Amino acid sequence: MIVDSINNGIVIDHLTKGKGLEVLSLLKLGNVDYPVALIMNAHSNKYGKKDLVKIENMMDVDLTVLGLLDPRATVVYIRQGTVAEKKNLCLPEKVIGAIQCKNPRCITTVEKDIPQTFLLVDRKNRCYRCEYCDDLKILKGDGLDG
Amino acid sequence: MKMKEKAHMDLKGRSLIEPADLNLKEMEELFVLADRIRKNPQGSGEVAKGYLMATLFFEPSTRTRLSFEAAMLRLGGQVIGFSEQGSSSVAKGETLGDTVRTVSCYADIVVMRHPKEGSAKVAWQELQIPLINGGDGGHHHPTQTLTDLYTIHCEVKKKGRLILGVCGDLKFGRTVHSLLKVISLYPQVEIVLISPPELKTPEYITKHILEARGVPYREVESLEENLPQLDILYMTRVQRERFFNEADYLRLKDSYILNREKMSKGKKELVVLHPLPRVNEIAKEVDLDPRALYFKQAKYGMYIRMALIMALLGLERKEEHDDCR
Repeated sequence: MIVDSINNGIVIDHLTKGKGLEVLSLLKLGNVDYPVALIMNAHSNKYGKKDLVKIENMMDVDLTVLGLLDPRATVVYIRQGTVAEKKNLCLPEKVIGAIQCKNPRCITTVEKDIPQTFLLVDRKNRCYRCEYCDDLKILKGDGLDG
Repeated sequence: MKMKEKAHMDLKGRSLIEPADLNLKEMEELFVLADRIRKNPQGSGEVAKGYLMATLFFEPSTRTRLSFEAAMLRLGGQVIGFSEQGSSSVAKGETLGDTVRTVSCYADIVVMRHPKEGSAKVAWQELQIPLINGGDGGHHHPTQTLTDLYTIHCEVKKKGRLILGVCGDLKFGRTVHSLLKVISLYPQVEIVLISPPELKTPEYITKHILEARGVPYREVESLEENLPQLDILYMTRVQRERFFNEADYLRLKDSYILNREKMSKGKKELVVLHPLPRVNEIAKEVDLDPRALYFKQAKYGMYIRMALIMALLGLERKEEHDDCR
């Protein structure tokens, strides 16, 4: 299978197999008018299989959310056909607006306009703490769901 | 000789949202100031003259609100506020942030109690004046912690290792959470967590505070079996307002009742504390036991709140010191 190289844009590489579709959804790439390619189950020397997303003409991506979704992914910035920058993702120390506190007693469930803020407390177990109520949230698998 | 005793300039303008906002040294300094207030209460009568405290109680409270109001009035200041959510503009749909921001235009210091966890942090983000968290849901109650620690400071004479037992509702009991967070900073403290399995201490306390700080602790179910080892027994009530299910409350409410028979198994120097109000977890007969200090604890609470208000407002008090003659 041949997929054209991109000239200016982003390649989200080394995604865990099956994560590519979630990335498309998360970055709302379903209705854009620039070229987007999703490659699933591609060969990876390091991981065996991987997903891969190529986005032409887009240079701005939310690394925090991507890091939460799949901390093993790599974001490669392409400018004029060459690799300009490469970023390895990891679980972010602070997450604003991407995780919802499910503690029904938390103030964020009733007060308007408070940014939901979570702080990483245990990287190994993917455990975050709500900055307001201290409720712990362990992200299951590699996803955003607790 | 007259001298001016300066309150903690370090604390001036600061807020108390959670117990960790004060370090141990700052707490000890507050205890020293509270000791001086307690020994000479008349010396504080004009300290806060011209200052106004707003008490915003979105949830019913007798003790905490009256303790703060008594503290401010005894310092010579004045108090405004409300004692239930229905009396505030929040009932009309106003956000908490807007309410506290408005009140801060009128007052010099705010005390707030709110049923939602984390509400004090939200209020603090909106305020330019000191805020004291008077309890945010089942989360923190830092001035109760100050009260508990001040009572221990005044009443526990034993030196060296202390075994603290906390008993009752350890899941929703905010006073317990706050106390454990701070007392775990002291060296030589061992903790016994006594509760039914359904009301165990949350993991963010056991795993991320007690274990992380290397504090020896154990979780047990029997009060009777563990009482003989304790130096301090901290009783709590099972809090009806924290349950979504009335049947669960009724099933658990009588899990632990401290009575004269159980007290007979405790050490002679045991100190029994309770944040109050009690429901039926301590039998009335225990009140006569000299080791039952919960009502004295309420009085200590007023003195430590007086010290805290002085410190956050940066107030000074004129005091006559025998040792300065």
